Amino acid sequence: MPQPSLEITGLAKAYGRPVVKDVSICLMPGEFYALLGPNGAGKTTILRMVAGLVAPDAGRIAICGHDTATDPMGAKAVTAWVSDEPMVYDRLTPREYLHFVAGLWRVPTELAARRATELLDWLALAPFADERCGGFSKGMLQKVALAGALVHDPRLIILDEPLTGLDAGSARQVKDVLAEKTRSGVTIIMTTHILEVAERMAGRIGVLSGGRLVAEGTLAELRARAGRTEQTLEDIFLELVAPQADGPSL
Amino acid sequence: MPGSAFALMARHEARLALRDFAAMATAGKPQRLWFAILAFIGVAALLHVAADIILAPWIRTGVAPDRETLTLMSFGGLLFFTVTLAQSLEAVTRVYYGRADLDLYLSSPASPATLFIVRTGAVALQSAALSCLLASPVVNVLVLRDGLHWLAAYPVLVGLAMVSVAISILVTLVLFATVGARRTRLVAQIVAAIVGAGFAIGVQAAAIAGSGTFSRLALLTDPAFAAGAPGAESLLFFPARAAMGDPVALLAVLLAASLVLGAVFVLGAPRFARQAVAAIGVGERPRTGRPARPFVAKSPADAMRRKEWRLLARDPWLVSQSLMQVLYLLPPALLLWLNYGDAAGIWIVVVPVLVMASGQLAGGLAWLAVSGEDAHDLVRTAPLPPGAILRAKVEAVLAVVGMLLAPFLLAILIAEPRAALITAIGAAFAAGSATAIQLWFRMPMRRAMFRRRQVASRIATLTEALASILWAGMAALLLVRSPLMVTAALPALLALGTVALAWGFSPARAQRRG
Repeated sequence: MPQPSLEITGLAKAYGRPVVKDVSICLMPGEFYALLGPNGAGKTTILRMVAGLVAPDAGRIAICGHDTATDPMGAKAVTAWVSDEPMVYDRLTPREYLHFVAGLWRVPTELAARRATELLDWLALAPFADERCGGFSKGMLQKVALAGALVHDPRLIILDEPLTGLDAGSARQVKDVLAEKTRSGVTIIMTTHILEVAERMAGRIGVLSGGRLVAEGTLAELRARAGRTEQTLEDIFLELVAPQADGPSL
Repeated sequence: MPGSAFALMARHEARLALRDFAAMATAGKPQRLWFAILAFIGVAALLHVAADIILAPWIRTGVAPDRETLTLMSFGGLLFFTVTLAQSLEAVTRVYYGRADLDLYLSSPASPATLFIVRTGAVALQSAALSCLLASPVVNVLVLRDGLHWLAAYPVLVGLAMVSVAISILVTLVLFATVGARRTRLVAQIVAAIVGAGFAIGVQAAAIAGSGTFSRLALLTDPAFAAGAPGAESLLFFPARAAMGDPVALLAVLLAASLVLGAVFVLGAPRFARQAVAAIGVGERPRTGRPARPFVAKSPADAMRRKEWRLLARDPWLVSQSLMQVLYLLPPALLLWLNYGDAAGIWIVVVPVLVMASGQLAGGLAWLAVSGEDAHDLVRTAPLPPGAILRAKVEAVLAVVGMLLAPFLLAILIAEPRAALITAIGAAFAAGSATAIQLWFRMPMRRAMFRRRQVASRIATLTEALASILWAGMAALLLVRSPLMVTAALPALLALGTVALAWGFSPARAQRRG
């Protein structure tokens, strides 16, 4: 049996009050996993703990066999993180940014240059490759950040609302890139409020409510659990989170 | 309803200004308000005592509105005015480029001309308040010791603030017309830096060239200089005479200031909407140009260093601030040139200035590199230990300081190797202390928040400046070839104590203990 790309066991975190409670998730190579939940359900906190940006209070996270507590550098070397707020420098060009990220992940210069050119083409950023990011729209910045996440060829990609602010064309480009990556064996875990994206792209879906993973499985499994095969993901989601939801946040 | 729109905007601006001031005074912690008030009273009292010590002997000799007194006051006032002008230039630029609520205003049916008058009027008011506050120790001592007629200095300061805002608006309008919206802000920042430093430096340079000392008074009280000054009745002395209580001069100064500001309002208000829209558009047009040099890094740490260097080189604000640092180094450089090869005493002036500049520069750069990291998450998720990231950033900062200091060190080395060694040691300690303090007080912020860094932690700002001054003092005392040299240990120990104090109050220590 192949090694899981991501293994989360008994994860917990509290900020005064518990925000993540005993969450366990296991992802295999090439899986696309969508983490859904209402606002404040703990989605981003889980992803930030996986990315090493927040320390868990309890539980264990292993990325491609690297325990994030005991071997954080090994885990980080195979991981990429993209948040909903693009982390890009105003005064660097997309190409410079990609070279910088490649340098941090020790990608050889020539390989980095080739990958940067490929990614810039792939995400339709080539015409802007040598312009500073300062004047870019949020959607363009999001694509630059995504290209940065891909330039070091990670095995696990963590995406927090990656499609926020993207127009239809850009969203399609990003979705195509992500689909291609999963086909090549890369594992993706993503949060989104756009249920249609989760429904179409994710192999498995996890639903969080009040910090707990209240349901997990393929869309068919979730439908079977709900007992109605005709239900949309939106119906299932609203049923699952109804008692804890703080209002329609979709 | 232009009247009500004016009142609404004025109330809004006043409320924002008051809240900004309160946040600045209390470092964003309202519970510190009483501490801030007490600290303010304490500092004001100290400044009044200091002003009294300096002014009392002069006042006792009798202050008459003669040519010497008017010359001295006018030059003092001009020095003060340059600082006000520099501050106004910067503030007026923000009227055009402070985008936060310009979108809201300009998309509303409110008149842009009204907004312009309210905003620039607010700048004039703030500038006047700041001038009066800064000059109050001197003015109050003069009022108490020489008479109530000195109260006229306050309206004169208000008039000068109005003129400084009028000049700032004119400069901004000229820049929009000549260099365009994209470059206006940067050029205005550089002009502000030059104006802020230029006059003081010019007077220092003239004083050095004339008599080989740094005293501004040496120039102003020089008989040859006084002989060249205009007569006491000259219009150039109207502000000085107004400040001394001459009612005609006071009326003339206030009338002239109001007319100048009013004329500039008439000139600038109709253009404001177009220029503000152009300024907003600057951020939305991608910056085109030739492709940058290849970004080749040998290691993750090298990538970090190169990224920092490239960002520092492309930071217009930093360019203007660095320019100011360099400008402040010009007088000692001039002194070095004039006295090259002789008079061992000159180093006592040159070396401390360089040491202090190194500390201040390192502090600013360290904040930009360590706290002003726009991609904190990216850097934290990179497979690099946090220590290695910080080390690379510190190396990047110290390399820049070293590069800027190197030409001066080389010049000193040729003339006096011992002084060069002391400069290098002092600069290393000053830069090291400032960088360490910035590391201990690091707080993730956007680079664009650089202006707020001093508000973020008063302790960091004060200890950083104090440590630089003390290391400069140590360097000065080390230069003395006499038993006095051993006293260099005192400022060195005080500097170490200051750095230790900073560590004691730092969030880094609290984190380590917690």
